[in-house]
Amino acid sequence: MKLTEEQVRYVAGLANLKLTAEEVRRFGADLGEILTYMDKLNELDTGAVEPMAQVLYLAEETATLRADQERSVVGAEAALANAPLPGAGFFKVPKVVER
Amino acid sequence: MEIASLTIDQIREGLAARRFSALELATQALEFAQAANPKTNAYLHFCPERALAAARRVDAALARGDDPGALAGVPVAVKDVIVTKGVRTTCGSRLLAQYVPPYDATAVIRLEQAGGVILGKANCDEFAMGSSNENSAFGPVRNPVALDRVPGGSSGGSAAAVAQGAAVVALGSDTGGSVRQPASFCGVVGVTPTYGRVSRYGLVAFASSLDHIGQLGRTVRDAARLLQVVAGRDEMDSTSAFAPVPDYLALADGRVRGMKLGLPREYFKDLASETGDLIARGVDLLRRLGCEVREISLPHTPYAIACYYIICTAEASSNLARYDGMRYTTRSAGSETLSDMYRNTRGEGFGAECKRRIMLGAYVLSSGYYDAYYLKAQKVRTLIARDFSEAFREVDAIVTPVSPFPAFKLGEKLDDPLQMYLSDIYTITGDLAGIPCLSVPCGSTAAGLPVGMQILTRHFDEAGMFRLADAFQRAGGCAG
Repeated sequence: MKLTEEQVRYVAGLANLKLTAEEVRRFGADLGEILTYMDKLNELDTGAVEPMAQVLYLAEETATLRADQERSVVGAEAALANAPLPGAGFFKVPKVVER
Repeated sequence: MEIASLTIDQIREGLAARRFSALELATQALEFAQAANPKTNAYLHFCPERALAAARRVDAALARGDDPGALAGVPVAVKDVIVTKGVRTTCGSRLLAQYVPPYDATAVIRLEQAGGVILGKANCDEFAMGSSNENSAFGPVRNPVALDRVPGGSSGGSAAAVAQGAAVVALGSDTGGSVRQPASFCGVVGVTPTYGRVSRYGLVAFASSLDHIGQLGRTVRDAARLLQVVAGRDEMDSTSAFAPVPDYLALADGRVRGMKLGLPREYFKDLASETGDLIARGVDLLRRLGCEVREISLPHTPYAIACYYIICTAEASSNLARYDGMRYTTRSAGSETLSDMYRNTRGEGFGAECKRRIMLGAYVLSSGYYDAYYLKAQKVRTLIARDFSEAFREVDAIVTPVSPFPAFKLGEKLDDPLQMYLSDIYTITGDLAGIPCLSVPCGSTAAGLPVGMQILTRHFDEAGMFRLADAFQRAGGCAG
């Protein structure tokens, strides 16, 4: 199996990834090969098996809630320090809505 | 002081006897690590100011007669997916080349509170995705044992630094074997504790249901000391476990006689002969130490790779959505629209393996495929975890190889992603089940390449794992 270019471009759109033509060709083959391998799971009848999202340990239902107390947080200035384009205390982005 | 082979016990003793100060040790360790780095590229960057400040705090505590902490003066490397306040944290990615975190990971805070001295940040595969450390945007790491070979991945820099003597212990991260496999390739000890044992606050997320912070050292005792310090509940990570942390070193008392060990037959079928022979010799040593060895079966092993790579890529595609060119990453220049800004930033910033995994993850989660892939994989995960809980009714620990083969040559597997994924077969099952596992050195091949033996135990039984591995290592670990 090989994914078509159209399928690859569709998934790249879902993932917000711009791909070069070479990458589209390469990932069509790679993903196809890997997904074919993954079909192996269909050998197993899992009709009566519960899915496992992650390892869970027994604990009180509210045990993971921490006390509702004020604490120091990363401030706006520090949070913006790594932004490629901060301004006026915000993250600046290209215009989204036309006036 | 022989800097490249120091143990934590020797550092404690040296500091207590005033043979050297923590500042002298840190200075020498930094010099050594910086001089050794061009050979391996194990560190991405050093943080000498932070290291010397930590060492001065240890010396001040010693001068006051206070307890300087369990890791006093110990030089540590921290994998560059674990955030350090004010010290660049790149995740091996071009996207985060200039990212300076505004906070410290809990594990970092704890190890520094215990007197640990962070020398710098260790190289790794981009966002911890890889089995060879060739996916770092800042160049691959070379295996200090054989410089034309990979150190394993994704914590390749952490393993290489410890093997090279450029750190005494290191923090890594393990999602599918990223601590144990490089430990085995470089001939050091690598620990993946129980899921939830160590807080992941400040560990940059890859696959959240599988991510662990792991520990590396040249000895089992050193790795256990590091885990001792960083383990335990943290209210900043709601998935961190409440289970109390026992005294690992006190419990590593050499009493392994009568321990029941299981060898899963599925793990020994397709083993390269030299690796297989060394593991067999290691098992013989465990027998001589008085362990009872029997064959067991983990029948769903053949499905683990497919299960793992569906779950981890699905979670990765979701976790990596945050790198959008807006908040922490570099931004692609000249994008007219918001959506172009996302697409261009991510298309230009991520390396090939990250893109491949994001694409796979987006595919298996996409409408029409979710049930067939993601839900199916979660059900198979239940079966794999059940295999282990059934096996642990019969045995106290499971012993396996870590990797089907020793360190391979740089570039050898780079063009075949599926082959690279298949090499993770022995390590991913422990992550899927969430149980503690480690790699301990088990001799070397005729060409001098290290081989690691894996030990897995029940949830939260790190103590049993350390006891067995420590006894094995002290009995010679089938070296030579």
